[in-house]
Amino acid sequence: MTGARETTIQVDGADFRVWTAGSGPKVGVFAGFGGLLQWTPFLCKLAETRTVIVPSLPGFPGGGGRAHVELDSQLDWLLMAREILNGCELEGEDLIGISLGAALAADVTAVWPHKTKKLVLVSPIGICDGDTPIADPWGVTPQKLPALLCANPQALEAHQKMPEGADELEWEVSQIRANEAAARLLWPNGDIGLAKRIGRIFGETLIIWGSEDKVVPPSHRPLYKNGPCGPVTEKVLDGAGHQADFDRPNDLAAMIDDYLRIST
Amino acid sequence: MKLMWFHLMPYTELPDDFRENNPGIWVDINSELFDPTRAHHMYNDFMDELEFAATCGFDAICVNEHHANGYGLMPSPNLIASTLARRTSDAMICVMGNSLALYNPPTRVAEEMAMIDVISGGRLIAGFPVGTPMDTCYAYGQNPSMLRDRYYEAHDLVKRAWTEREVFSFNGRYNQLRYVNIWPHPVQKPHPPIWIPGGGSVETWRWCAEMDYVYCYLSYFGYKVGLSTMRGFWNEMERLEKEPNPYRAGFLQFVGVAESREEAMRLYREPAEYFYGRCLHIDPRYAQPPGYTTEATIRARVEGQIATAAKKATARGKTATEMEDIIDQGYIMIGSPDEVAEQLRHAAKEMNVGHLMLLCQFGNMNKQLVAYNTKMFAEKVMPQIKDLFDDEWEDHWWPTPMPAGDRAVPDAALDGSVAEAAE
Repeated sequence: MTGARETTIQVDGADFRVWTAGSGPKVGVFAGFGGLLQWTPFLCKLAETRTVIVPSLPGFPGGGGRAHVELDSQLDWLLMAREILNGCELEGEDLIGISLGAALAADVTAVWPHKTKKLVLVSPIGICDGDTPIADPWGVTPQKLPALLCANPQALEAHQKMPEGADELEWEVSQIRANEAAARLLWPNGDIGLAKRIGRIFGETLIIWGSEDKVVPPSHRPLYKNGPCGPVTEKVLDGAGHQADFDRPNDLAAMIDDYLRIST
Repeated sequence: MKLMWFHLMPYTELPDDFRENNPGIWVDINSELFDPTRAHHMYNDFMDELEFAATCGFDAICVNEHHANGYGLMPSPNLIASTLARRTSDAMICVMGNSLALYNPPTRVAEEMAMIDVISGGRLIAGFPVGTPMDTCYAYGQNPSMLRDRYYEAHDLVKRAWTEREVFSFNGRYNQLRYVNIWPHPVQKPHPPIWIPGGGSVETWRWCAEMDYVYCYLSYFGYKVGLSTMRGFWNEMERLEKEPNPYRAGFLQFVGVAESREEAMRLYREPAEYFYGRCLHIDPRYAQPPGYTTEATIRARVEGQIATAAKKATARGKTATEMEDIIDQGYIMIGSPDEVAEQLRHAAKEMNVGHLMLLCQFGNMNKQLVAYNTKMFAEKVMPQIKDLFDDEWEDHWWPTPMPAGDRAVPDAALDGSVAEAAE
C-alpha cells in the first residue's frame, strides 16, 4: 500500500486500521464489498483535494480480526460504526459510503443526524423493495463476483490480487472473512431496516448510481432518493457498475469533490 | 457391528436431460419438475421400503433432512420417523437428523424427537447436523456467519429440555425462553443417543469427543474417499486420548447386491448413474456461503463433500457418472454377497467404523429392486459381517428401548362397538 499513512484505533478491545492521506477538509470513507486490501486510485484522486480518512469496518481487512462475530444486531453494527467514526475524529465531518459502506453510512447518519455534515452514498444498499432484493452476491461463485460488482471487473480483480511475498492462505482467509462480515450484515436480502430510519437524514445527501449497476434493481433508487427529509441530489455515472470506485475512480472522485466543494 | 438401512428419498423421475438443462438439484431446482401425484407414490414406496428393511433384520432404519432438494424429499424427517415408530417394532429409528439452527424455538426439535422416542418406546437415535449450506443458508435463509453459534446454542437448549426435570428459563444469545418445560420427555435416559453427521471439520471431531457423541461421515463417494476423513477423526481421538471404540463412528455406504458382479452391474447401473449424474448435479454457487466453513477448517485445507461435489459438477469428466467409473472409484460397493461382504468388512475395519449406514436404495431404483437388494443384503451379507467388533467393543451409543413386552402394539382390532366400549 502506498499513498496513505496507517494508524490504528481501538474499539471494544479490537484494533482497527485507519488510512489517512491528503490535506484539506476531512472526509471519511466506508468501503464496499470486500473492504480494502490496498490504497486505491479512487482514494488517491479524492486525496488530491481532501484529507481522506478510511477506517476499516469490522471483519473487513484491517477490521479487528473477527470483530464482526460480536455484532448480532443492526444496533450493534451502528454503535460500532459510530465508535469507529469517533475514533478517527470524523464526528461532524463529511462521510462517503460505497455499497454496503453506504448502507452503514446512511444508517449511522439516520441515527445520529447531527454528527454527519454532508453524506455521499455511492450505490447504496440496505433497503429491500418489497419482495425484490438486491442481486445475491453470495449466489454467484467467488470467481464471478467481480463481474457482478463491476462493469470493469479487471480493476477489482487487480485490487484483490495477492501481493508478492504475501501469505497465500492468510490472503485467502482475509477475503473470505470480509465476505462473511458482509453476509453477517446483509444476509439474506440486503435489508438492514434502513427504510424505517432513512427519513431521519436531514442534512444534504448526494446519491450516485453507476449506470451499469447489476446489484441494485432500478426500482430501489426512488427509495433512497425520496427517503431522506433533507435535500438529495441524485447523479448517474455512465459506464460504472455497482462498485463505481473501481470502475471509474477519477470521475467518481471528481463528482464527489464537486458536490462537497460547491455545497460546502 | 450395527447395520443400518438409510433412505435419502430421491425424486425418481427427473428427466434424462436434467443435468444439461438445469443449474442444479438444490435451492433453485425447477419446481415444475415436481409432480405431487407421482410423489404420492414415491413417498409411499419409500416408506414401504423402510418398513421392509426393518422386517429384514437391519439394526436401524434411517431418515434425514433436506430442503428444496431433488434427491432428498424429507424436509421433515420427523414426519416419516413418526410413522415408522408405529409401523415397526424392533429396529431403531435413526433421524439423521434435525438441523438445529433452523428451528425457532429449538425446543420444537426437543418436543418432536421426544414424541418419536415415546411413541417408539425408546428406539430413537437423535442426529444433529449443522446442515448443508444449501439447506440452511439458502433454502432456510440462515445467516452463515451465525449458523454454527446458533447450532451449538440450540443443542444446549435441546439437551437441557430433555434432561432437566424442573421448569427452567433459558437466556441465550439467540434464544430466550422464560419457560422451558417440554411434554413429553423422552423415554431414554438421560436422553436418546446423539449422533453428529459432519464433514471433515476438526472442531466437530473435538466436539463429538468432548460431548461423547457418535461422529458420522455420510459419504456419497464411498470408502476410498471416506478413509482419509476417518483417519483424521481417529488421529484426533488418539490425540484426545479417547479409546478407539469403532462405535464412536458411523459411515454411509452405497451397496448393490446380486447373485454375481455382472448381474449387479446390470441391475444397479441405471439407478447409480441416475444418482451421480442427476442427483449430485450440485450448483457451486450455493456450496460455500461465507462463514459457513470455519477459518480453522479453511486453514486446515479441509473441504466438505458438498463443496467437492459442486466443484466436480462444474468440471465435466472429473465426476464419475458412468457405472464403470462409479465402481472403479468406489462410490458404490456392488457384487455378489460374498464380494460385498468382503468389501464392507475391509472398509469397516480400515475405517474402524462400527455403525454402517447402507443405502440400498439410490437414484431412481424401483421398489422391487430395492426390496431385492435389501433382502439379499440381509440374508447373505449381513450374517458375514454382523459379528465384526462385537467381541472387542461395546456400543455405548445405541438406544436403550423399553423392554419389548412393555411396548404398545398398534391395535388394528378396534371396531367402535358398544361392546368394546363397555369393556
